[in-house]
Amino acid sequence: MSVLVYIESWEGNFKKSSFEAATYASKLASQLGTEAIALTIAASDDASVLGNYGITKVLSIANGSFNNQSYANAIVAAASQVGADTVLISNTNNGKSIAPLVAAQKDAALITNVLDLPSSTSPFTVKRKAFSSKAFANYSTDSANKVISLTPNSYGIEEQGGTASVDSFDFTINAEDLGLKSISIDKATGKISLTEAELVVSAGRGLKGAENWGMIEELAEVLGAATACSKPVADIGWRPHGEHVGQTGIAINPELYIAIGISGAIQHLAGVNASKNIVVINTDPEAPFFKAADYGIVGDAFEVVPKLIEAVKVHKANN
Amino acid sequence: MKILVCLSHVPDTTSKINFTDNNTEFDSNGITFVINPYDEFGLTRAMQLKETLGGTVTVLNVGPLSTEPTLRKALAIGADDAVRIDAEPTDASFVAKQIANHVQDNNYDLIITGRESIDYNGGAVPGLLAGMLQLPFVNACIGLELDGTKATVSREIDGGKETLEGSLPMLIAGQKGLVNEKDLRIPAMRGIMMARKKPLNVVAATEATKHTSVSSFDLPEAKSACTMIDADNVEQLVELLHNEAKVI
Repeated sequence: MSVLVYIESWEGNFKKSSFEAATYASKLASQLGTEAIALTIAASDDASVLGNYGITKVLSIANGSFNNQSYANAIVAAASQVGADTVLISNTNNGKSIAPLVAAQKDAALITNVLDLPSSTSPFTVKRKAFSSKAFANYSTDSANKVISLTPNSYGIEEQGGTASVDSFDFTINAEDLGLKSISIDKATGKISLTEAELVVSAGRGLKGAENWGMIEELAEVLGAATACSKPVADIGWRPHGEHVGQTGIAINPELYIAIGISGAIQHLAGVNASKNIVVINTDPEAPFFKAADYGIVGDAFEVVPKLIEAVKVHKANN
Repeated sequence: MKILVCLSHVPDTTSKINFTDNNTEFDSNGITFVINPYDEFGLTRAMQLKETLGGTVTVLNVGPLSTEPTLRKALAIGADDAVRIDAEPTDASFVAKQIANHVQDNNYDLIITGRESIDYNGGAVPGLLAGMLQLPFVNACIGLELDGTKATVSREIDGGKETLEGSLPMLIAGQKGLVNEKDLRIPAMRGIMMARKKPLNVVAATEATKHTSVSSFDLPEAKSACTMIDADNVEQLVELLHNEAKVI
């Protein structure tokens, strides 16, 4: 029984999280002694490149616009076609809205927010995020049918060389399945998606006002980072809610998280402490965030951040 | 308009998380439990819809007796009646099946859940329930307007926001944006008094498969000491991020 991985694309291009999912699927397949097969829907990227991440075969549905039920039906049909009992989906916003529909239809065990390969395959046991990143839970299942969703930025992409064969898969996506139809999409302008970002620059109430975010955006731009903010800042309306990271906002685990003027309340730490490296810049040496940080600077953001922007620019110019 | 709001009973956001019994059980000692914050946005939107369109709001929780204060709080906020399905909510599929059975016996126009609970963060029950009932499902919902049986709904997507249209009955999994933080309601004394007289029906659970179990929990490894850098020497931070952390 093979592993089927759904490869999500955005405007036709494979997402970074999809390469992570492909790598994970191929490693999982070899652990289970089987092969990893991918499904793409409405992708314009060449699907044979998925072979480079360990995928042997790709089923491709040429056209379709997103409808969670219809995409779930397509995944179920593809899994049945290739005899897959394990389905892997990235835990992105779209992935989160498809995975449970697939699991319901297959009466499968659903394990979301998975961070790593199974520690055991009998019973199948995987580590996942729980308690808003304040802890991890090891979930086990005896069910043959499984739907696993992989946390973006948790499993590294590994290029393995190789090309996958690509077959078209005959399935008609119904963009209005169950009467639900998309009427518009508002894109956040020129932003790096927070859940997928490797570097994140975040700021809090210490910035004193919405008008002071220019330097935060500039630091993010020179680093190639996404911008984020603390809950109070989103609640006051200095920044959009879509930037709120923390326990009740978006949970992230980037390579680098720079927190500027954020004290580090437990609810904020919950959403960000899975970041691999944390830099804290705060005027208050007693700020609790320093205890969770790897690097810290005690200082005024209005003096430190402009200097940091210059230092990064110099570094980029020399490297 | 008949609205069902599904509630989870979760540790307060400020809770320190610990485990007992060799890291196999959550340690609820000293923990204050609250309505799951994501569910609270949905409950508030349900109350607003009831006020403008008329109808009833039922709140439901799958859980043991100890979760009843959460249902009573929702009744005090203004829900009309409550249902507690008496079972330990240990598996998402099991919980979704319990709720699905209740919905099949009671026709709701709208089912609102939170997008995930802040304890297990599975985000699984809403979609499983929608899948079992074959209802249109909008996850990470940040806006809901009704016009008769037509619903205009918006949801968060990775690259921004999507607006959709559909018809009731529908299931939405909400979060902040559905209403704002300032719109959340605190029970008033009168509401608390009235809540005592409102029906809270306890229903026995039905047989359903549990697909998953938690074999153990782990806590994150403690961070080693923070490397402090002088505010006048930010170049050192850039150097460390490049050579030591290797992230820039």
